[in-house]
Amino acid sequence: MPKIKMPKSSPSIDMTPMVDLAFLLVTFFMLAASFRSSEPVQVTTPTSVSDKIIPANILMVTVDKGGRVFFNMTNAEARRELLDNMSGKYKVGFTDKHREEFGFMESFGCTMRELPGYIGLSSEERGSARTLGIPYDSTNNELKDWIFYGNIAALNTGKTLFEEAKKKGDNPNVNDFKPKFILRVDSKTLYVQAQAVIDVFRDLNLNNLNFVTSMEMPPKK
Amino acid sequence: MAEIAEGGGGGHSKGKKRAKKGSTRVDMTPMVDLAFLLLTFFVLTSTFSKPKVMSLVYPAKIDNPTPDDGPKINNAITFLLSEDKIFYYSGQYYPKSAPGPKGPTKLEETDFGPSGVRKLLAEGNEFVLSGKIELQKKLDKKQIQDSVYINMLTDLKKKDKALKVLIKTDDKATCKNFIDLIDELKIAEIGVVAPVEIMASELELLKEKLK
Repeated sequence: MPKIKMPKSSPSIDMTPMVDLAFLLVTFFMLAASFRSSEPVQVTTPTSVSDKIIPANILMVTVDKGGRVFFNMTNAEARRELLDNMSGKYKVGFTDKHREEFGFMESFGCTMRELPGYIGLSSEERGSARTLGIPYDSTNNELKDWIFYGNIAALNTGKTLFEEAKKKGDNPNVNDFKPKFILRVDSKTLYVQAQAVIDVFRDLNLNNLNFVTSMEMPPKK
Repeated sequence: MAEIAEGGGGGHSKGKKRAKKGSTRVDMTPMVDLAFLLLTFFVLTSTFSKPKVMSLVYPAKIDNPTPDDGPKINNAITFLLSEDKIFYYSGQYYPKSAPGPKGPTKLEETDFGPSGVRKLLAEGNEFVLSGKIELQKKLDKKQIQDSVYINMLTDLKKKDKALKVLIKTDDKATCKNFIDLIDELKIAEIGVVAPVEIMASELELLKEKLK
């Protein structure tokens, strides 16, 4: 019987396939990842079966757990127009730098008076700054003005974008360019607090609202 | 690669230094470490589920609401939400002072589970749901087009026989409760949804129930 000779081999394993796989996964996750934006407020949205994605031209109002209200909108151009209108109405001056910065800012939740100071902060400082939210009570309804002027500004930019798309020869749908109103509420927000914000929208005759939700599996048939 | 150096530390014992045959292999361990570190980082930080939106059309505000503006539709169900609890009554509201044919309105309790609200709505909205299935069949057989299907479904939801839903909340209800209910309404294909202000007498009924 021949003697079984154990091959003398080094105790190392060829790791190349594993490394290949690891890098493949790294690449995949790097490209697929969408990072959480540095919003000043973290909100856990409720779940729903809805599969509509967030449209492009939006005005977003966030209501956090404690009922603080934050405002945000897309399109830097529209935001600057909005800021100009608001500064005219509330007699709060903004420098050109402030205007520039405001165009790229995330949600903010402070009064008009605090706003120049808030814009002056760096984005990290904004995250930790405790603001009290945009006031929306009947004596000082700044939220209403933000939404009102925001709507006008968003309509204007939407119009220009629509004209551009038309010139390009596409067949755009007007409704895609109209601003949509998004309400981002925390699951634990009391509905009465959300309702107060909804009433502000309704006062402006904006009745079609969208709630941000995270995906949930629809029930099986 | 992660290789264990063989043959002792460079001829320390024999004294004579021999030129080692240089291996063409590079030690990849640090790179692999880094790769896995990055992998872990990206796996943990990435959020895949993009947020979705659920649209809801609120009734327009009326400038001078008349006190007797309550909906006079019979095929309606009213949900009353409180903290993680849900109650309902169907049809018209009859206060204790003016009881209807079946006496004053009583609240029934249900839950957010599949056997609670969903079953209730599915039974109540049988008309639309069965109509939808028929439309779906036609669509599958290519008898009608997509746009026609959507229009017909919207019309169907607005018919008198379709169930209408009113939502009332007390001051303890959370947005999660509200959205959950709206979600159930979407599943049950309810076309007419109206979030309305709760009446004082209903609030009393609700408080009694919650005790």
